[in-house]
Amino acid sequence: MRRSTLGRIWPGATAVVLFLAFVFPVYWMFSTAFKANKDIVSEDPVWFPASPTFEHFRKAVDADGFWTLVGNSLTVTLVAVALSLVIALFASFAVARMRFKGRKGFILVMMMAQMAPWEVMALAYYIIVRDAEMLNSLAPLIAIYTVMVLPFTVLTLRGYVAAVPKELEESAMVDGCTRTQAFVRVIFPLLAPGLMATSLFGFITVWNEFPYVLILNKDASAQTLPVWLTGFRTAFGDDWGATMAASSLFAVPILILFVILQRKAVGGLTSGAVKG
Amino acid sequence: MSAQIEEATAGGPASRTGKGAAPPPRRGPGRLTGGVPYLLLLPAAAVTVLLLGWTLLKSALLSFQTLGPRQLIQHLTEWTGADNYTEQLGSSEFWGVTGRSVAFTAANVVLVMAIGSFTGLLLARLGKKLRLLLSLGLVLAWAMPVVAATTVFQWLFDQRFGVVNHVLDQLGWHSMAGYSWTSGQFSTFFVITVLLVWQSVPFVAINLYAATTTIPKELYEAASLDGAGTWKQFTSVTFPFLKPFFLATTFLEVIWIFKSFTQVFAINEGGPDRLTETLPVYAFQEGFGSQHFGMGAAISILTIVILLALTAYYLRLVLKQEEDEL
Repeated sequence: MRRSTLGRIWPGATAVVLFLAFVFPVYWMFSTAFKANKDIVSEDPVWFPASPTFEHFRKAVDADGFWTLVGNSLTVTLVAVALSLVIALFASFAVARMRFKGRKGFILVMMMAQMAPWEVMALAYYIIVRDAEMLNSLAPLIAIYTVMVLPFTVLTLRGYVAAVPKELEESAMVDGCTRTQAFVRVIFPLLAPGLMATSLFGFITVWNEFPYVLILNKDASAQTLPVWLTGFRTAFGDDWGATMAASSLFAVPILILFVILQRKAVGGLTSGAVKG
Repeated sequence: MSAQIEEATAGGPASRTGKGAAPPPRRGPGRLTGGVPYLLLLPAAAVTVLLLGWTLLKSALLSFQTLGPRQLIQHLTEWTGADNYTEQLGSSEFWGVTGRSVAFTAANVVLVMAIGSFTGLLLARLGKKLRLLLSLGLVLAWAMPVVAATTVFQWLFDQRFGVVNHVLDQLGWHSMAGYSWTSGQFSTFFVITVLLVWQSVPFVAINLYAATTTIPKELYEAASLDGAGTWKQFTSVTFPFLKPFFLATTFLEVIWIFKSFTQVFAINEGGPDRLTETLPVYAFQEGFGSQHFGMGAAISILTIVILLALTAYYLRLVLKQEEDEL
């Protein structure tokens, strides 16, 4: 009897413990960001910010060049994701709907490219960009980020394109559409959820990217938020409140997007699993 | 740093259904030939070759050069043959870092797979409400941007006011009050490992859970009729059925952990005394930190070779399987 009670309780108990372990760091980030300094720097941790303050957020937002960095991060992320989506849409359509020589080879190259260890190639890219005298600008970053997320985008969209029934396209063509029109009017609208889920992961990758900005752009006006965030402690001393406020601001867009789109993303996991 | 790989469930039954299996040759729009497909592929192929191919080639070329501050400023190209390689392969430092990276990767992957599988199987056993709760926690951790997570973990493990030290002290381990996690090699690796495991487990757990939903219930019924307990059911039904999933996920984790740069670098920049440098950080410090770009490039190439060797078995499997399927 005792064993069966235990048998019924342990999964639930373990689940709660695991839940706490996974949520706590996220909770601690937000709660620290809202705490008054005396509660952060205290021998006994204050578990809940009873009287929340926005002081740290103000400090983070008022930091030198914060809005430039936000602008840079948004620019590289949105442009790189948009570019890779457009490029990938063409490619995935060809791969999913047409038969031609070299199709297999192309897919294999994409699969290999997806596993490329970008981190260790940053040095060579630095030399290339330097020789082109384009250090401290956003264009080389956008270019490399586009290629970074491209393989994943192609391979995932391939599944979504293939999932649109061919009959729809065919009947549109019977009704007098050209192939391009059939694509724009029939396939594209049906692809929207796929495009959204795919772009989410591109968005996360680029938003997070650290080694390339770190190496290429020493000039603060051409950096993005990750570099600023990792350097935040050095700039502000051990101001944990401000650091956590900055981290929260950095994390919120992704957390919101991810939680909203998660269902779709996990639905898409059957066709393409992702790790952000 | 995000390894985004299609088909974590490669070969798993889950992946087969939705994957949009390659269209068989057919009449109608699918039959279009001529230059069109190549035209459509052109942009993707061009940017990949231009940026990925050229950067990779440049790494290889640089690795045979001496490229220090002087050559950099005067735009000189000094070929040195295989000097960079002989120096690295002959240095105990390189082999030390390599051994460390491999051990670090192995430890992390084992932990991630064990905890991740356990959590995934737990998800499958839970009632609806608790499953939703745990999934929510996993998704939040999964979604947390790498850089933000890194700063948060530095704060959690802060020497004076970090909550980890406080709790350990409260639990009776008083020497942990004011413990400096970043001054020792092992303790720094410990923090990095907790961070990486925390970030990776949700991916494994949620995918595993999704994969278990594809296992036919009858198999479990048959197993329990035969008197199989929980463990026996796992070894005789779950594991064999999900073997491709375990294989794929393990190798994805190997790739992801082995090349992780941001976490290792941001926690302690490879310190103390360069004792926590893994290969990607080592390449960065040698190449960029000490301004020996040729040397850094050689280490990068060696890193790629080692990574390929570690994952060769899996890559061959995937390529073969795709070949058969396409």
